[in-house]
Amino acid sequence: MKRALIIDDEPLARMVVQEYLMPYTDIQVLQECGDGFEGIKAIMQHQPDLIFLDVQMPKINGFEMLELVDQAPQVIFTTAFDEYAIKAFEAHAVDYLLKPFSRERFNKAVDKFLAQSAATSAQPQKQTEELLETVAQSPGQHERIVVKTGTKVKIIPVQDVEYLSADDDYVSIHTAEGAFLKNKTMSFFEQTLDARQFVRVHRSYIISIPQITRIDPYEKDAHLAILKSGARIPVSRSGYAKLKQVLGL
Amino acid sequence: MAVSASIFTKLNMAFAAGGLAWAGLQAYVVHSFGFIWYVAIIDSVASTLPLAAACWLINNNLRYYQPGKGSYINLFFWCLALAGACTLLVRFTLPLFSIGKTYDVFLVQSTTLRFFTCFMAIGWMAMISLIWYVQQDQKENEKRKSEAEKLARDAELYNLRQQLQPHFLFNSLNSINALIGFKPDEARKMIHQLSDFLRGTLNKDEQTLVPLCDELKHLNLYLDIEKVRFGHRLQTEISCDDKCKDAKLPPLLLQPLVENAIKFGLYDTTGEVTVSIRAEIEDSYLLVMVQNPYDPQTARPRQGTGFGVSGIQRRLYLLFARNDLVETFTNDDIFTILIKIPQA
Repeated sequence: MKRALIIDDEPLARMVVQEYLMPYTDIQVLQECGDGFEGIKAIMQHQPDLIFLDVQMPKINGFEMLELVDQAPQVIFTTAFDEYAIKAFEAHAVDYLLKPFSRERFNKAVDKFLAQSAATSAQPQKQTEELLETVAQSPGQHERIVVKTGTKVKIIPVQDVEYLSADDDYVSIHTAEGAFLKNKTMSFFEQTLDARQFVRVHRSYIISIPQITRIDPYEKDAHLAILKSGARIPVSRSGYAKLKQVLGL
Repeated sequence: MAVSASIFTKLNMAFAAGGLAWAGLQAYVVHSFGFIWYVAIIDSVASTLPLAAACWLINNNLRYYQPGKGSYINLFFWCLALAGACTLLVRFTLPLFSIGKTYDVFLVQSTTLRFFTCFMAIGWMAMISLIWYVQQDQKENEKRKSEAEKLARDAELYNLRQQLQPHFLFNSLNSINALIGFKPDEARKMIHQLSDFLRGTLNKDEQTLVPLCDELKHLNLYLDIEKVRFGHRLQTEISCDDKCKDAKLPPLLLQPLVENAIKFGLYDTTGEVTVSIRAEIEDSYLLVMVQNPYDPQTARPRQGTGFGVSGIQRRLYLLFARNDLVETFTNDDIFTILIKIPQA
């Protein structure tokens, strides 16, 4: 018996999946979720084998939801239209259904899942991670950062970010409300954040340009960037060159 | 008037040059009557200055205010009055320089001639200004009109894209697909709503104003479809009293507003969402207010330059030449946009 979740904000869309799943007596739908928050909770609670996931949902989209799940299950994405998402799905051979989809197309996706899970050789986790990396680099995805604090989900608009710092395997995102950890690398943020607004000034620091109040020389070759919040961020020699370039000095 | 500043600098230069030439000419004329250059220059400067002031005054007045067809006669009287004032000023200030008896007699004798010269100069200035500014205004109007047409075309294109807006269309079709299975009657109803809505966005002449009740009917089709998609999450309130039913507004003006309201309402919050549309008539304006909840923590509504708010602002500017017809307010977690449409 395989256990599944349906995560979609439109009730009728969930109903189609339910209906198409009826003949599959070996797949049990544990719960339907109307948004990403419910989705995260349900995934943590039930540890399902498979989720049907809509991309466009309130507050956090399907990708952002997956980023926050520690152990992502197999995913079949359902979406109406999203150029970038579709490109990403294809690049990483993750199965997806374009709404409205036929029963035949649906069956094909579910059969593929059943076959894969029988073989147990597939690596859904890795596939999903790669997918999320690709999606994060598409335009329009870097206007906010979604983090989890305890059981709560926090959405940080990038304008509110003061700077980011490396913190072991995590990146610490500093805002006026405090710092939040995200399980990503510095180079991930360097690549995905808007390069006109964020500059990696140091191996361990990325700063937001509008937050800078002054740049002081500091020891030989190095500088210190003073932010509005008073934070003092070390700027390496190559970081200073990058800063000068962005600021047009 | 939005005539570029450089034109005015050029104009001022020309004006100054004209004034100088005039003063020189007058000095020459006075000198030719046998007065020494010193007297001639005093005379010419003293009469050119008030004349220049009068010309500047009339030009500046016409720049901001152009008389209607019936009041050209007023302009004529204004010219007469200004010419009279200039002449009197010259007549009674120049003797104060106590230049000499011969000169004073000359001044009194030449008063009538001076008056007519002044009148001709001021009248000429008024005429030139009038023609020039009317022409400027016309140019401006034409520019605005062609821009309005261009924007109308853009709006039409936008609407075309909108009716084929992939998300809306595919998701609606997906809902119909779901309904066919267990509520075929509702599926059928939704197909009709969807086709009526699409048809409504097709046959719209952008330039003809439509009654509010028609526009609301069209919006209702859209909202009904969205309600089927989002189920109980979406509530709508439309209030419009009988007085505004016949108020006129540009077609499809409200559509992008309501779309924005739904987008921010539904994708920015997770609870139930009420989108309300209220219409009122106030002092010959049709006021339409669209409200939706949003999350001030994460959303920066209308910060972007999407077609939503800036597009409407632009469209109303091009139609009514006014920039104050759109207002937005945020209050706790409610976003309100208010638009005013002047009623003829």
